[in-house]
Amino acid sequence: MKMKPAKQVSNSTRSNLITIGAIIIVYIICQIMIANGSISNLMKGLLIPLCYYSIMAVSLNLTVGILGELSLGHAGFMCIGAFASAFFSKVTVDTIPNVFIRFTLAILIGALAAALLGSLIGTVVLRLRGDYLAIVTLAFNEIIKNVMNVLYIGVDSEGVHFSIKDAASLNLEEGGQTIVNGPRGITGTPKDATFGIAILLLILTFIIIINLVNSRSGRAIMAIRDNRIAAESMGIDITKFKILAFTISASLAGVAGVLYSHNISTLIATQKNFGYNMSIMILVFVVLGGIGNLRGSIIAAVVLTLLPEYLRFMQDYRMIIYAIVLIVMMIFNWNPKCIAWRKNHSIKGYLAMLFNKQKKEA
Amino acid sequence: MAMLSVKNLGISFGGLRAVDSFSITIEKGELYGLIGPNGAGKTTTFNLLTGVYKPDTGKMFLDGVDITGKNTIEINKAGIARTFQNIRLFKNMSVLDNVKIGLHNNYSYSTAAGILRLPSFFKSERQMNERAHDILSVFNLDQDANLLSANLPYGKQRKLEIARALATNPKLLLLDEPAAGMNPSETEELMETITLIRKKYDVTILLIEHDMKLVSGICEKIYVLNFGTELANGLPQDVLNNPEVIKAYLGE
Amino acid sequence: MSFISYVIRGISLGSVYSIIALGYTMVYGIAKMLNFAHGDVIMIGGFIIFTIMSTMGLNPLIAVIVAIILCTLLGITIERIAYKPLRKAPSLAVLITAIGVSYFLQNFALLIFGADTKSFTSVINVPDLKLAGGNLTIAGETLVTIPLCIIIMIALTTFVKKSKTGRGMVAVSEDRDAAILMGVNVNRTIAITFAIGSALAAVASALMFSSYPSLSSASGAMPGIKAFVAAVFGGIGSIPGAMIGGILLGIIEILGRAYISSQLADAIVFFVLILVLLIKPTGILGKQIQEKV
Repeated sequence: MKMKPAKQVSNSTRSNLITIGAIIIVYIICQIMIANGSISNLMKGLLIPLCYYSIMAVSLNLTVGILGELSLGHAGFMCIGAFASAFFSKVTVDTIPNVFIRFTLAILIGALAAALLGSLIGTVVLRLRGDYLAIVTLAFNEIIKNVMNVLYIGVDSEGVHFSIKDAASLNLEEGGQTIVNGPRGITGTPKDATFGIAILLLILTFIIIINLVNSRSGRAIMAIRDNRIAAESMGIDITKFKILAFTISASLAGVAGVLYSHNISTLIATQKNFGYNMSIMILVFVVLGGIGNLRGSIIAAVVLTLLPEYLRFMQDYRMIIYAIVLIVMMIFNWNPKCIAWRKNHSIKGYLAMLFNKQKKEA
Repeated sequence: MAMLSVKNLGISFGGLRAVDSFSITIEKGELYGLIGPNGAGKTTTFNLLTGVYKPDTGKMFLDGVDITGKNTIEINKAGIARTFQNIRLFKNMSVLDNVKIGLHNNYSYSTAAGILRLPSFFKSERQMNERAHDILSVFNLDQDANLLSANLPYGKQRKLEIARALATNPKLLLLDEPAAGMNPSETEELMETITLIRKKYDVTILLIEHDMKLVSGICEKIYVLNFGTELANGLPQDVLNNPEVIKAYLGE
Repeated sequence: MSFISYVIRGISLGSVYSIIALGYTMVYGIAKMLNFAHGDVIMIGGFIIFTIMSTMGLNPLIAVIVAIILCTLLGITIERIAYKPLRKAPSLAVLITAIGVSYFLQNFALLIFGADTKSFTSVINVPDLKLAGGNLTIAGETLVTIPLCIIIMIALTTFVKKSKTGRGMVAVSEDRDAAILMGVNVNRTIAITFAIGSALAAVASALMFSSYPSLSSASGAMPGIKAFVAAVFGGIGSIPGAMIGGILLGIIEILGRAYISSQLADAIVFFVLILVLLIKPTGILGKQIQEKV
C-alpha cells in the first residue's frame, strides 16, 4: 500500500517523458521519410500545421482542462500572434538577415502580443462564468478577426502609420511600404518556419504547461477549478491566477500563430482560419483528447487534422462522416448505457475473466 | 489580548435577521464551541467571520487587528482558516497537493521559477513536501498522500480538510461540524487529534458541533446560538445545564 | 429621415433575431444546453422554402407551412438522436455534440444543394409603404416581420403562462428534479421545446431570407450566433429578454453598418454585448444566482 501511490507519481513523470520521446521519434521518422522521398506532398505540407494545431490544442487545454473555464475564442490569440510577428518579420527582413535571430524575435513578439491581449481580455471577462464566458470569448474572437480586416498599417522613414479606412489614408511618403493592407492582409512574410522549429516549439509548449501544472501556481489554478470557495478560504488570489492561466494559454496560442504566418505567403484573417470556427475546432481537439489530458490533445489534433485529409477519396461525404464521428464519439463516451456496455465489455474485463477461469481450473 | 474579539456582528437576508448582535471574546489558545439547533445561524456566523458574507453591523478584531469587511482571501492571510460543513476538497488533486494548497502563501517562488525549474523551485518544493507530510502524519494520512482526495473515505476527507486548513498556518481555526457523519470511535480519535494539534501548532479553535460528547469533552467554553441570537455563553457545565438551552434543544 | 428608416430596418432585422433567439433561450432554459445547431436549422428551412418555390413552383404560403413542419420534425429528430442520450453528460460533451450536429447539417446541405449561393425569392408579397411624401420607405418585408414577431411573442408568453405544457416547461427550467417529482414528463417537455424552437426557426428563415436573399450552407451560422448573443444580451432563459435583446441587437447592427463601418458592424454588436455583460453579468432581464456556501 505504501509503495503504490509513490509509483503513481513517477508514472506521470514517466508518461510525460514518453510523450516528449514519442514526438521526437515521429520527428526523426518524418525527417528520414523526407530525406528518401517516401512522403507525399500532401503530408509534407501538413507537418507544420500539425504542430501549430497541436500547440493550439495543448494551450487551450490549459484554459479548459487546468483552469476549468470554457473559451471559444482561442483562435483570436493565434490571429494576434500571427499578425504581430508577420509584421515584425516583414519590416525587419532586410535589417536582420540572420534567420535564427529574426525568427526567435518574431516568436517572442507573437507570444508577447498575444499575452498582452490575453491578460487584457482575461481581466475583463474572467469574472463571468460558464456559458457567459464562452460567448464573450467568442465575441472577442470575432472582434479581433473583424478589426484585422479593416486595419491598415504602413511604415516609412517617419515611423509607423495606422488607418482603419484604406491604404491611401496612411499618407505614406515616397518609398513607404504598406505592411498590413486591410482585407488583403500581409503578403510576402519570410517563410521562416521549419518543421524542426515547429516540433521544438510544440515540445516547449508541452514542457511549459507540464511544469506550470506541477508548481505552486499550477496547483493554485487547479484548486480554483476544483473548488473556488475553498481556494479562496485558503487565501488563493482567484483573479490573479485565473488571469495568469488565461494569459499563458493566450501567449502559447500566439506562438502557434507565429508558426502559421511564417509558413504561408499571404496572411489574411478569415472566418476559417481565425474565426470562431477555428476556436471551436481546437475545442473539439481538446474535448476528444480528454479534458486536462495534454498528450490526448496532441493525439486528437493530429488524428482529427489527418482524418479529413485521408477521407478525401470520399470527397463530398468526408465532412459529413467527420460530423457523425464526432457525435457518435460523444454519445459513446458519455451515454450512461454506453458507459455500462463498455464496463461489461472492456478488454481488461475479458482478460480478468479469462484469468479467473484459469485460476478456478487450477 | 484576545485572539478574536467580535462585537455586535449581524447580517440580514431580505427581511430575515440571520445573525444578530453576535459578540464573543476568544483568548489565545482557547477551544470554544459554537452550538445551537439547526438553522440557528452557526454556519452563517462562520461565513461572516471568514468574509464570505459582509456583516451589516458590528466589528471584529483578530489579535488586535480590525478585520471587519475584509474579503475571504485577506482574512485567511490575516490568520483565520476554516473547514466546511459540506466537504469542499480539491477533488481532482492528490491528498498531498490539497495540503500544499494550504501552504501556498507560506512559501513563495515565482511562476517563472516554477516553469523554468530554477533552484528556488526545488528548494521550496522540498520544504513544502516535508511540511505537508509532517501535517499529514499528525492526521495519520501520510500513507495516503498520493491518492486522489476524492477517493478517500469520508472520515479521512474530514480530517484532510482540517489538515489543509492548518497548513495555512492560522492563528484561529474554525471547524464546521468536524465530527459530522463519523462513528463514535472515529469521533473519539478526532477529539484526540484536535487536542494534539492545539498543542503542536499553538492554534486557537472555534468549532461548530452537534455531537454533545465532543463538545462537552474538549470545549473549554461554549456559545449557544438560537434564532441568530445569543442564548447562553460561558463554561460548559453552566451552559449545558442552563434551562433555556435545554428548552431550545428539547422543546417545551 | 434616413435615421428613422435605419431604425425601422434595425427593428425589422432585430425581430428576426428575436424569433431565432427564442429557440436558443427556451432550449437553454429547459435543457441547459447551448444548441449550436439552431442556426443551421434556419438554413435548412431556407433551402426547403427555396426548393418548393423555385423548383416546384408552388405558392409561398405552402412552402412556408411545409418548411415549418419539416423543421419541427428535424428539431425533434436531432434532439432524439443526438441530445437525449446525453441528458446526464457534462455540458461540454453536449456542446461538442451540438457542434457535430451543426457540421452535419451544413455539410449535408452542401451535398444536396451544392456550394453555389442561391438567390432566395421573397415569400412576402406586400407592397412597400411610402411615407412623408416618399422620403421614408418601409419595405413590405418589414411590414410583415414586425407585427408577426409581436404576435409570436404574445402567443408564446400566453402558452408558457397558461397551458399545462407551458407551466411544465417553467417547472423543468427552474428545477428539473423537483419537476420530475411533481409528475412533469421531462423528456416530452424538452422534445416540445425543441419542436417549438425549430418551428420558429423555419418562420425566421422565411422572414430573414426574404429580406437578405443570399442562401448557402453557411448562411445560418452567423445569424444563429448573433441570435444567441441577443438571447444572452436580454438575459438567457427569459422570453421578453430574447425580444428586447434581439431588437436592440438589430438596431445596433444596422446603425453601426450605416454610420460607423460596414465591415465593423459585427464587431460593434459583439462589443456592445461585452459591455452589457460587464455591467450586468446575467443580461438585461437575467436572474442572479448566488452560490451557497
